[in-house]
Amino acid sequence: MAHTAAAPAPLSSPAVTKLPIRAILPWAAFFGLLMLVLLYFVGAEQGATSLLSGAGVHEWVHDGRHLLGFPCH
Amino acid sequence: MNSATVRTLLVRGMLAGLAAGLLAFGLAYLIGEPGVNAGIAYEDAHTHEHEMELVSRAVQSTGGLATAVLVFGTAVGGIAALAFCCALGRIGRFGARATAALIAVSAFVTVYLVPFLKYPANPPGSNEPDTIGKRTALYFGMIALTVLVGVGAVIVGRRLAGRFGNWNATLASAAGFLAVIALAMAFLPAVNETPKDFPATVLWQFRLASLGIQALLWTAFGVIFGFLAERALRPHAPHPGQAAELPTPA
Ligand SMILES: [Zn+2]
Repeated sequence: MAHTAAAPAPLSSPAVTKLPIRAILPWAAFFGLLMLVLLYFVGAEQGATSLLSGAGVHEWVHDGRHLLGFPCH
Repeated sequence: MNSATVRTLLVRGMLAGLAAGLLAFGLAYLIGEPGVNAGIAYEDAHTHEHEMELVSRAVQSTGGLATAVLVFGTAVGGIAALAFCCALGRIGRFGARATAALIAVSAFVTVYLVPFLKYPANPPGSNEPDTIGKRTALYFGMIALTVLVGVGAVIVGRRLAGRFGNWNATLASAAGFLAVIALAMAFLPAVNETPKDFPATVLWQFRLASLGIQALLWTAFGVIFGFLAERALRPHAPHPGQAAELPTPA
């Protein structure tokens, strides 16, 4: 393979390109919020506040809620 | 083009979070469930009212626990990926993998570790059920405060770096972060509800397990997401094997 004169790899990685905040915002606004709603259902729903009636969600995620550090009973 | 990159990173962050969640679930099942069961046993021995079980313990400790940890991992993975998009190239000369590692460590510290030091995880039966409103507000408030102070410290650190250099700016903003957090911890109300005869070993082991589960989740996320993000940002980079073709000194 000596004849394929490969350019030596740069010793330090080139500076990474920044992603414009404008490009991030729409994703953050929609998916960031969606992720927070998911976290609410794992960490708090049917505890201090209830969006759904009953205790099904609380009971289902109960062990994870305790072990992930969220307040429970 | 940039928007597509953000989307790719977001999806990969969620996948990395899912994979990290899978590992964390395994650990939670192995070292976390004994503490949950011991707490419930204490509770059963001290209460006379027995509520009807909606979800059996067998399901709670397997499918229920998996649901919670996997959804948590996916959700925090997505949010961490968005934070990564903002931080990339803006917090110093770090590449994709180093930035992912820094984001994972920062998230672990601000979302879990610091709030845990003030309001640690508690096994079932070691809190008063009636105070759930106050405890929820304090815990989520502590997370929000720590994340905000952390982001603020990074922004201030970047400003200071120009004048005082990276090392001094990092030290100064870290000291500022610690000072504000210490002040908040001193003034926020304590939650000390553990019953006098609650087994201390159960409490200690439960909290260690919780710490271990979160540490594993964030470590795995940092490593896996760093790998995926690096590949996403350099689609045409030479295969790692080709790096071996560097001219070797004779
Ligand atoms: Zn509980």
